[in-house]
Amino acid sequence: MEPILELQNLEVKFYTLDGVVHAVNGVSYYVEAGKTLGIVGESGCGKSVSVLSVMGLIPDPPGKITRGKILFQGKNLLEYDDAQMESIRGAEIGMVFQDPMTSLNPVLTIGKQISEAMVVHKGVSQEEARQRAIEFLVMVGIPNPVERFNDYPHQFSGGMRQRAMIAMALSCSPDILIADEPTTSLDVTIQAQIIDLTKSLRDQLNMAVIWITHDLAVIADLADTVVVMYAGYIVEEADVYRLYENPLHPYTVSLLKSLPRMDSSRGNERLATIPGFPPTGTIVFPGCPFAPRCRYTMERCTMENPQLEYFEADHKVACWFDLENRRAR
Amino acid sequence: MQATAESEVIKLQEELKAEPLTPGQLIWLRFLRHKMAVFGVVMLFLLLLYSVGGAFVFTEAEANFTNTSIRLNPPSAEHPFGTDTVGRDILARTIYGGQISLLIGLFAVVVEVIVGVLIGALAGYYGGWIDSLLMRFTEAMFNIPQLFLLLVMAKFFGGKIPTLTVFGRSFSGSVIVIIMIIGLTSWMYLARIVRANFLSLKEREFVLAAHTTGTSHSAIIFQHILPNSIAPIIVSGTLSVANAIIAEAYISFLGLGVQPPTATWGNMLEGAYNYIETAPWLWIFPGSLIVLTVLSINFVGDGLRDALDPHAIVEVR
Amino acid sequence: MTRYIIRRILQAIPLLFIISLLLFVLMMNTGDPLATMGGRKPTRPEDRERLSRQLGLDKPLYIQYIYWLVGNDWAKIDMDGDGIAETPGSRKGVLRGDFGNSLVSRGKAVDDIIWERLPNTLILMIPAEIIVILISLLVGIYSALRQYSLVDHTVTALSFVGYSMPIFFIALVSMYIFGVNFKRWGLPYLPTVGMFDPKVGKTTEQIILHMVLPIFSMTVITAAGYSRFVRSQMLEVLSEDYIRTARAKGLPRRMVIMGHALKNASLPLVTIVGLDVPLLLAGAVVTESIFAWPGMGRLFIDHLSRSDTPVVMGILMMISVAVVFSQLITDIIYAWLDPRIRYT
Repeated sequence: MEPILELQNLEVKFYTLDGVVHAVNGVSYYVEAGKTLGIVGESGCGKSVSVLSVMGLIPDPPGKITRGKILFQGKNLLEYDDAQMESIRGAEIGMVFQDPMTSLNPVLTIGKQISEAMVVHKGVSQEEARQRAIEFLVMVGIPNPVERFNDYPHQFSGGMRQRAMIAMALSCSPDILIADEPTTSLDVTIQAQIIDLTKSLRDQLNMAVIWITHDLAVIADLADTVVVMYAGYIVEEADVYRLYENPLHPYTVSLLKSLPRMDSSRGNERLATIPGFPPTGTIVFPGCPFAPRCRYTMERCTMENPQLEYFEADHKVACWFDLENRRAR
Repeated sequence: MQATAESEVIKLQEELKAEPLTPGQLIWLRFLRHKMAVFGVVMLFLLLLYSVGGAFVFTEAEANFTNTSIRLNPPSAEHPFGTDTVGRDILARTIYGGQISLLIGLFAVVVEVIVGVLIGALAGYYGGWIDSLLMRFTEAMFNIPQLFLLLVMAKFFGGKIPTLTVFGRSFSGSVIVIIMIIGLTSWMYLARIVRANFLSLKEREFVLAAHTTGTSHSAIIFQHILPNSIAPIIVSGTLSVANAIIAEAYISFLGLGVQPPTATWGNMLEGAYNYIETAPWLWIFPGSLIVLTVLSINFVGDGLRDALDPHAIVEVR
Repeated sequence: MTRYIIRRILQAIPLLFIISLLLFVLMMNTGDPLATMGGRKPTRPEDRERLSRQLGLDKPLYIQYIYWLVGNDWAKIDMDGDGIAETPGSRKGVLRGDFGNSLVSRGKAVDDIIWERLPNTLILMIPAEIIVILISLLVGIYSALRQYSLVDHTVTALSFVGYSMPIFFIALVSMYIFGVNFKRWGLPYLPTVGMFDPKVGKTTEQIILHMVLPIFSMTVITAAGYSRFVRSQMLEVLSEDYIRTARAKGLPRRMVIMGHALKNASLPLVTIVGLDVPLLLAGAVVTESIFAWPGMGRLFIDHLSRSDTPVVMGILMMISVAVVFSQLITDIIYAWLDPRIRYT
């Protein structure tokens, strides 16, 4: 099947006073209609930057897309002008952001913020947009939608706000929903609700979903394919089951190990952590970016950056060390 | 095992990092990126040179020397800026006037900073009834427009302070008066800022730590908290110099400021509007000098504000 | 909400008392109003003594303040100088709305003097303020949208120059160019003195013509400052997350700027304008002096220089009351406009 969205060798750099930040380095991934792609990684790994590039929301200055293509339904979005991008955003690709408190306009009602995209993209009247917005409020599970339509963001709780954001992103029934860490700032219980909501909406509307998180536990429930990013590179890409069953990149392994598990046979073991800290983007690595923190580093790792290659069908990894067989590839 | 591995890893990562800039370097770099701020610094330097260096070319007596036979002469070779209503050379007067105007600007801010910081610090640090009292007072003064307050105070102190002789130069008592009243009517804004700073900083751990080691209150205020509030004080102080110069110009222009024969840029403009048609050089030169000075200070202040702002994100092309 | 308003009003009252006391003490010690009362000649000692008694200037300071505040119609004045106070005073005091009579303009009530001049000032200041707000919004928004462009840099530089100018400088420059030189070059020129040409009379056309230069001078300086403020507010708002969300919805640029950004950015402007409004009453002392405009500013200077305490206090108190109450009103308006405060 032809992917509905495909990134090819995307490179994004930020020119700051501290130096050049290599936010995204030759990243390629895709998502097919109706499927869900999960992007996993720590803060600063480039996952948000890659999807903001899709939406054309990279601030320029200081950011610049220096290479690559972003193909939406076959057409390269990087060649679109402002007007064309405006017609895509919201209408065909919807986006939900991390912090619903700061991502909603405090001086406009929730109802207005949900309905305005409809008025702009679908040309419906204010009244009809209002009706539809109320339907969406019902769909995302907000009680008393008719009254809540006229409320302001600060009158909603965190979970409700995020639901409202989702309603806003879906208001024009886009083909793709991009969710950038939508549950990171919410309670775990609310998080579960949002994820369930997303699943049901996705199935109802047959949308493609790109879900970004730093939490591997969330991805298991939601994604079909998972991409693991580190320092602006993709280090592993796999079908979700494969990834959990057989993680091949040391970073992925560490991420999985650092998840607390109820069924842990390890008993009183301490939570495994990854030593060191995630790299800030001005560092340039001579070899593999994960090398300083990896326990399987070989000499080759510090000199050459491994490419993302197929290990088996539906499973790519960028590493010189064969974890399965405990030897160099 | 885990611990040593961690520290080694961190060491490795640190080595890969590019040399980070120190805060001082960052501030300096940010300041330099403001072309206008740099222009301001250069301009101020030139103006200072003009006022101070010019004293070596003209004596003060020459600046105050009246010669009614050449009154209201347009600019000429002998008098490059022309002469005023009683025949004094305007160029010389702008030099000495500049000295006074700049002096007043600077010292008024010194007064302002001392009063403002003291009141703000005490109010913010001690809180309670001291805070209420000081803030009521501050608010009361704040609610009266500065110019009106200045004019009333100028009238109040007018003529009550005699001429002083410092460093062989005689300064009309009105100069001291002006310095004091401008300082005493401008501190309110700074006091508020300092108080806000102190309110938030006094709860921080380093202050609590100082308390527990028995550091005296004044030491805490001046050695611990105050250095952390320096940035807004510097910015506010710089911009206040500009305000002070304009304030002096305003009251001198209205006749209640520094009295002749001592020249200031402001009092050189007094009555100049009677001669708009006939002698524009009376006001063009001192006026332009005021504008240049104030402009430069505003540029520098703006540059400082951006350079010292920890939240500024600066982009480079 | 109402409790908040009442509390603020109650807080304002002692503030106003403090202000009045401060100013009164200052005023009473500045200069000598009796010095000019003899007309051309210096006042004779016997007149000075008599006037001093009649005007209550011989009483100690705190008594004078009390009389000023609550009048002296409940006390007696010694009118005929025989040492016995027999005539009741005629003043009702500030708290009952009587600001007394001018010491300088014989017997004229302060209220009358002020009311004569107040409209003149308002005619000048209100249009100026409106123009300032419009210009600053336009320039500030445009500048923020075109950040780092040549236009932005030029506008920024000009704004700096604009608000670095003392008002008399720009007044003189504009007078020189539009008043003097235009006349010389045979172009239609603008008048520079007063409110109207006495030969033509006080017509609307005359007033408008005479308003142009003073308003121009004031507007340039204030608009320069405000537009910088609007610009920085817009820039701050434009970097907020919710603007990114608005753009992510594909809303057209104009809608993002006007509907989303401006609504947030203009809130602080309300506070700034609110702070300025009471100063409109004060008039621009310097501007009115240069253009010989018969307004409150001129009034203040004239009577201050002659130590006319009742008039000066009247003007100052009027302004202070205006400042205190406009702060209150501005806070209320702001609270009403910002839903975060309105619906808490």
